[in-house]
Amino acid sequence: MSKRKAVSLISGGLDSMLATKTILEQGIHVEGINFFTGFCVEGHTHAIRKRDQKKPKRNNALWVAEQLGIKLHIIDVVEEYKSVLLNPRHGYGANMNPCLDCKGFMVRKALEWMEENGFDFIITGEVIGQRPMSQRRDTLPVIARESGANDRLLRPLCAKLLPPTLPEREGWVDRERLHDFSGRSRKPQMRLAARFGLKDYAQPAGGCCFLTDKSYSDRLVDLWQARDRRDYELDDIMLLKVGRHLRPRPGFKMIIGREQGENKFMEGYRRQFMHMHTTSCPGPLVLIDGRPDEQELELAARITARFSQGRDQARVRVAVTDRNGVSRELEVAPLPPQDIAPEWHI
Amino acid sequence: MSEHRLDARRLLCPMPVIRTQDRIKDLAPGDILEVICTDPGASNDIPAWCRINGHSLLSCHERDGEIVLRIEVGGD
Ligand code: SF4
Repeated sequence: MSKRKAVSLISGGLDSMLATKTILEQGIHVEGINFFTGFCVEGHTHAIRKRDQKKPKRNNALWVAEQLGIKLHIIDVVEEYKSVLLNPRHGYGANMNPCLDCKGFMVRKALEWMEENGFDFIITGEVIGQRPMSQRRDTLPVIARESGANDRLLRPLCAKLLPPTLPEREGWVDRERLHDFSGRSRKPQMRLAARFGLKDYAQPAGGCCFLTDKSYSDRLVDLWQARDRRDYELDDIMLLKVGRHLRPRPGFKMIIGREQGENKFMEGYRRQFMHMHTTSCPGPLVLIDGRPDEQELELAARITARFSQGRDQARVRVAVTDRNGVSRELEVAPLPPQDIAPEWHI
Repeated sequence: MSEHRLDARRLLCPMPVIRTQDRIKDLAPGDILEVICTDPGASNDIPAWCRINGHSLLSCHERDGEIVLRIEVGGD
């Protein structure tokens, strides 16, 4: 009989790494699959800000695959993911994270991939009781069922606490050499990592994506409210990760670069947004989302001046460029700091 | 053996990797793909992706703020 093949959901975190290693050790051929939803926590997005940070700028999923010596297929699911996030059947977690629907979706995509590529089963790093929403004793079966993977979905880290799956029943894998991890403690994982000699792995705190982040979720909801429409493009959700976001009036939002790396990144969006920058002194690049009227435009210019190096000068010149690339200059007084209402910050 | 080009400028990681991967699917072993990108992360990720999946990175350098990678497609 030819070697059995498993496709493993690789998030870049420790759990999926351990689950994969456990199955590799049983002589199964494993390849990794990783889904890009647009919300994934990427080392590089942080790197936009601090280019010289000490942490390596690596893609953790690629790094994990390389450590394990397996192939990795990264799948762009940005478009399909919208319906998961916008209409989750099982609702959201603590923030805008639709974890249960998200997991079901990812396993379903892995199932499609498995069938197209002649693989036999799917593995994930899920652990009973590890996460409040998607990894509960009662929700793990929901993922298996709604994804359509059913008993072709094996969770090596907690398999001994679950009914035997097809790969176990068929003897492709030895159930005795799977694990019985449960709960929020990370100790069993640490021990297993040590046994495998794995070091330097990533340990994401909240979850695998920005949707578990409170301030990110607030910005996303603000975007929907302001546009009166729950929708987004990839550019929108990328920009939510960057800069200082201020909404001084309901009709427009300002994205203010906080430092060189962010300004440079935002330069790529100058054709899609009206933007501002100070010309009489160095200052940030500011993208304007929405349609400010003339008065609001002046307010935006004063705020832009406030975040420039000319903040203490009486007058600062600010160039305003519209989407067609037509520029003009305004001369304004920087807005005093106390006039920037705390609730403008999103 | 043929030469191909992929413009992945302005895309953020991991999109340049995904585009590279999807493009290479349609190429034959020995073909050369030149990828141009602007996200500095790509200069780590694309080489890592090549190592994992058995393609050879011929060169990776910066040219006018853009990163140019040349990849030789490997056999399966
Ligand atoms: S944290 Fe994000 S990526 Fe992970 S399961 Fe939840 S919604 Fe999906």
